Amino acid sequence: MEWLLSLTPDFILEFALEFWGWLPMWLQVLAENMLYIVMIMVPLMLCVAYVTYAERKIIGYMQVRLGPNRVGPKGWLQPIADAVKLMFKEVIIPTNSNKFLFLFAPILTLGPALAAWAVIPFFDGVQLSNLNAGLLYILALTSMGVYGVIIAGWSSNSKYAILGALRSAAQVVAYEIAMGFALVGVLMAAGSLNLGDIIARQAGGFTSWFWLPLFPLLAVYFISGVAETNRAPFDVAEGESEIVAGFHVDYSGMAFAVFFLAEYANIILIAALTSLMFFGGWMSPFGSMADHALLGDGTHWFILKTMFFIYMFLWFRATFPRYRYDQIMRLGWKVFIPVTIVWIFVEAVMVVMQWGPWAVETVAAVGGA
Amino acid sequence: MSMRTVKHYIKSFLFLELIQGMMVTGKYLFKRKITLQYPEQKTPISPRFRGLHAQRRYANGEERCIACKLCEAVCPALAITIDVEERDDGTRRTSKYDIDLFKCIYCGFCEEACPVDAIVETDVFEYHFENRGENIMTKDKLLAVGDKYEDSIAANRAADAPYR
Repeated sequence: MEWLLSLTPDFILEFALEFWGWLPMWLQVLAENMLYIVMIMVPLMLCVAYVTYAERKIIGYMQVRLGPNRVGPKGWLQPIADAVKLMFKEVIIPTNSNKFLFLFAPILTLGPALAAWAVIPFFDGVQLSNLNAGLLYILALTSMGVYGVIIAGWSSNSKYAILGALRSAAQVVAYEIAMGFALVGVLMAAGSLNLGDIIARQAGGFTSWFWLPLFPLLAVYFISGVAETNRAPFDVAEGESEIVAGFHVDYSGMAFAVFFLAEYANIILIAALTSLMFFGGWMSPFGSMADHALLGDGTHWFILKTMFFIYMFLWFRATFPRYRYDQIMRLGWKVFIPVTIVWIFVEAVMVVMQWGPWAVETVAAVGGA
Repeated sequence: MSMRTVKHYIKSFLFLELIQGMMVTGKYLFKRKITLQYPEQKTPISPRFRGLHAQRRYANGEERCIACKLCEAVCPALAITIDVEERDDGTRRTSKYDIDLFKCIYCGFCEEACPVDAIVETDVFEYHFENRGENIMTKDKLLAVGDKYEDSIAANRAADAPYR
């Protein structure tokens, strides 16, 4: 037992460093990135869990109820209790369903919602990968979610599930277009697909964020985001009071829970993207005091803005009645797409004529677009 | 384009009505909550509340029921079964008085029909059965309930007396 005494903290630290040096380069990179991924994923999953709690609590309050308050102090452990319950429930796989696709669909819905966080800048340079085509990557990944819906509906081998899948897929695809066009406006304003650059172009405080010159696009983007995540008032896909779930009728237990994780992860993602592309991400609203510790730029502003937009999602749900399906389609195709196209045109004219925020001196002041 | 159409377009594109709606829910977020936290807090109960049945006794301990069978006759759910016997002291009494709580609809007719206020419905509503057959309230069980809650039964009857 003598050798145990030689295991001082210093020795262990030295040994760990030595061991790290011994690892091949690719393993070091892998381990480092894995660490970063965990650092993003763990808080994100916790946020997802507590968005469900916030939703029940806030909607409860708006309906003059108290919401969950039994599990733990003030109900703080409610999401944990829900998760434990769902984990212990059986995942029923319908007979004659495609087993592999049936279990793969929830993963396919959740995966892109989480993977999109790879390019989200939390602060100047603080992001998992500084992709030059970040916006394109985001667009690609948010469009992936619809495959999960279709595959879930088809592999359940149930006519109700497939009808539900078609219904929500049509809706998601319709709003995808308006959303993409809205982001084209952002791309034109920033002159870059890199999310870091998009934020940098919004430097200068509250009034120089993109929400002001791109206000119609902001409205279209955020409302499309609500429709895209199948949230109220666009939640005909689930419609719990009328049709009781669409594409995921045959899911139970954890497979069902993963769909809900994906839904809430998507809400957080849309909220984060809105704050990032129209509200300056981690930029402080007080442009003149950018170096102040609390009021200056910082990740806390990003989190605060994201939380505000998540709150908007919940507020919408507590306020608006469900849209009729044909009205949803009309809004997507006949209102949002024309609005975005018109505003892109207006914006293009403004850029060419160098009006408003695209005036030569403004662009020069922030380093050129 | 008429004036109305223009107005309509301005209204919809500025989300005026949507914002109005959100203001309403926004205000309610800060309103006092009306939730009653049940096991700890309870709503006030009327003295006429019709809950679990009980059979009462007189102050001297004698059971009130005289087996007149009026309750059995009036019971719309046929939940009451009564057998009669002559007790050793020559009085008419029940040898069996069963109420099937699964059949009972808690209408309170038995209580109204009773000439001696023997069968009553208490304000107890938090009870349950764990085994088959426990839903039958026998005479002994009814008398036990009556003994246990006599104070509240008497108080409720007194409170409601002016209106009967």
